[in-house]
Amino acid sequence: MHIVDGALSVPVLVSGAVLAVVGVFIGLKKMDYDHLPLVGVLASVFFIASYIHLPLGFSSVHLIMNGLLGIILGWVAFPALLVALLLQVIFFGFGGLLVLGVNTVNIALPAVIIYYLCYKGIRHESAKVAAIWGAIGGAGAIIITSVMVAFSLALSGESFVLAAKAVLPAHIPIMIVEGFVSYAAVYLIHTVKPEFITKEKS
Amino acid sequence: MSQGLEHSLTSWSGQALKHQASWIDAIDARVRVVCSGLFALVVVLSSHFVPTLVGLLAAFILVKSSKLNIKRTLRRVIAMDLFMLTLICVLPFTTPGDAMFSVFGFDASWQGLAHALLITIKANAVLLVLFSLVATMSASTLGHALAHLKVPDKLVHLMLFMVRYLDVISQEYKKMRRAMQARAFVLRTNQHTWKSIGYLFGMLLIRSVERAERISGAMKCRGFCGRYYLNDDMKMRRVDAIFGFAFFCFLILLIGLNIDDLFKSTAD
Repeated sequence: MHIVDGALSVPVLVSGAVLAVVGVFIGLKKMDYDHLPLVGVLASVFFIASYIHLPLGFSSVHLIMNGLLGIILGWVAFPALLVALLLQVIFFGFGGLLVLGVNTVNIALPAVIIYYLCYKGIRHESAKVAAIWGAIGGAGAIIITSVMVAFSLALSGESFVLAAKAVLPAHIPIMIVEGFVSYAAVYLIHTVKPEFITKEKS
Repeated sequence: MSQGLEHSLTSWSGQALKHQASWIDAIDARVRVVCSGLFALVVVLSSHFVPTLVGLLAAFILVKSSKLNIKRTLRRVIAMDLFMLTLICVLPFTTPGDAMFSVFGFDASWQGLAHALLITIKANAVLLVLFSLVATMSASTLGHALAHLKVPDKLVHLMLFMVRYLDVISQEYKKMRRAMQARAFVLRTNQHTWKSIGYLFGMLLIRSVERAERISGAMKCRGFCGRYYLNDDMKMRRVDAIFGFAFFCFLILLIGLNIDDLFKSTAD
């Protein structure tokens, strides 16, 4: 998931950085200081989600949950994910510094797309229907993310095309797991605290 | 990635990487942040082996002089290098060039191997410099340094908040996981596991949102009116200027090495 420094070509790095700056700018505009505690706490929840490792056959996958984050935060997902990725690079060595822009866009843009796609569905009064939309959002975000990762690799040079093709099938198991987990999470939230989803948030 | 190599993210509450006091700690945080950013820029954009290797050497020297715990640092870097290993295996076959050897009719090229090695060196150099210069300060110092470097206020505050609450939320997560374990829940590859983890995650979200409301209430009660104050003023001293200048000269050298190689390749 994390692309490392040195792999991508300069045009891809620059366009990723520009897109990330635009996204973060919009996100910061939409977030005022009153939401700061909420966004900070939610960003930490998603940081922690990324170290929940689920066994899958002989290996394991870790949750990403960018779909659900997008559903809850909308554009604010950009600054939240940028900060999370920055901390992961500096203190844990996941990813790289110059590819931070590309990595942020690859995870945060699908989150925003899912926000617009599932906006209506997730607010359905029936918990089952809302949860199905949650599953679509969770799995969909992974599909979009893996397509974007594949593109940023493929656009960086001929020699990465094979790696780019491998990205998609590698993400299918994660997509399935994420879909089920998102379904359960949305179902629970809808039953326990429906106002959390239905309440309007800017 | 195998479980054994994972370092415990779960117990991180924003502190610096474990290390003994060194002269790098005395240097101004802003200088360290800017230096490592520029270093990453120069190294990643270099296109030849010589400058990247010199960069990697410098990174090793910095790690040594920042007195980082070598074992822990290596563990972090190796986790990334496992990923690079697959790259080294794949790239020679997908890059056209002079054949090195062939497997099942697929030719492995020297150029591909060189490319993969170049990427590995770059990624390692950048990470090591980040660990030695930036990760040796605590996350809140980093936040303050970024704020003094004119990074948007909201972003810095988001980071400071996150660093603070990562630990709190992870305590909450561990508590819930322990409760599940007490009821004999074991992670497996089945729908029951996914459903339970989904419920765990949903519950974690709800609890954190309620916590955020309490935090927000407590902040307002203490007169929070929409902004924070950074109460440390960072001053540039002579050591900082010297280090910054030396680092800058080193980067110029790296850029020079690139251009030198460029001349050679056009002369051929």
